[in-house]
Amino acid sequence: MNDIELIKEDVLLDCSGLLCPMPIVKTTKAIKELQSGQILKMIATDAGSPPDIAAWSRQTGNELLLSTTENEKFVFFLKKA
Amino acid sequence: MSKSNPNAPKRLALISSKGTLDWAYPPFILASAAGAMGWEVGIFFTFYGLTLLKPELTAAVSPLGNPAMPMKMPFGPEGFQNINWTMPNLLMANVPGFESLATNLMKQTFHNKGVATIEELRDACLDLDVRLIGCQMTMDVFGFKKSDFIPQAEIGGAATFLEFAADADVQLFI
Repeated sequence: MNDIELIKEDVLLDCSGLLCPMPIVKTTKAIKELQSGQILKMIATDAGSPPDIAAWSRQTGNELLLSTTENEKFVFFLKKA
Repeated sequence: MSKSNPNAPKRLALISSKGTLDWAYPPFILASAAGAMGWEVGIFFTFYGLTLLKPELTAAVSPLGNPAMPMKMPFGPEGFQNINWTMPNLLMANVPGFESLATNLMKQTFHNKGVATIEELRDACLDLDVRLIGCQMTMDVFGFKKSDFIPQAEIGGAATFLEFAADADVQLFI
């Protein structure tokens, strides 16, 4: 079983087609709507997003549970702190 | 480095001094990204950067001062779009209409690639509580009034910026 199938998100945010800095701007907006402990799944096509989401996670304290690819897109699971 | 409050969030202090489209991007991109990471952010708009505080943004691309500015065509087959058209700037700067052509090409290429507009980035900054501060001295020199700017803009001088920047973790002049 794949890791990606083990995590169930509460909210899905699709940032496909958006370039820096919009994926992290939209991720910030989406995570503000969540309760602590809830999970956001974010999909992006920006090749800069894997390092940027990792940095965003370190800076904000919202945990990056998984950073992977699915259907040739980048997929992130983020848990609200 | 002596931060007055060690528990304060990280802080970014930017000076935006140029008003052309290409130079308008870096301050708004960095400010919105830092705001998204929970940092305190302030941008001090001075000289030509002041125009970025106007409600209607008219930032254009100038071929002057952009030596060998590469340009991409936003249409046609991929191979054609990937060509870097090097513009001999002193020559092209004198061609009537070249500035608006260059501006439209850059806007269209950025749009095609998925880059947000300056308006969208500035709105994101405002959503993220980025402080936008207009330089009073250059406002006086260029004849701008506070009412020429978006209502969220603050006004201040060098001391206002320096006080904010003194406690900043990152300071950049753009």
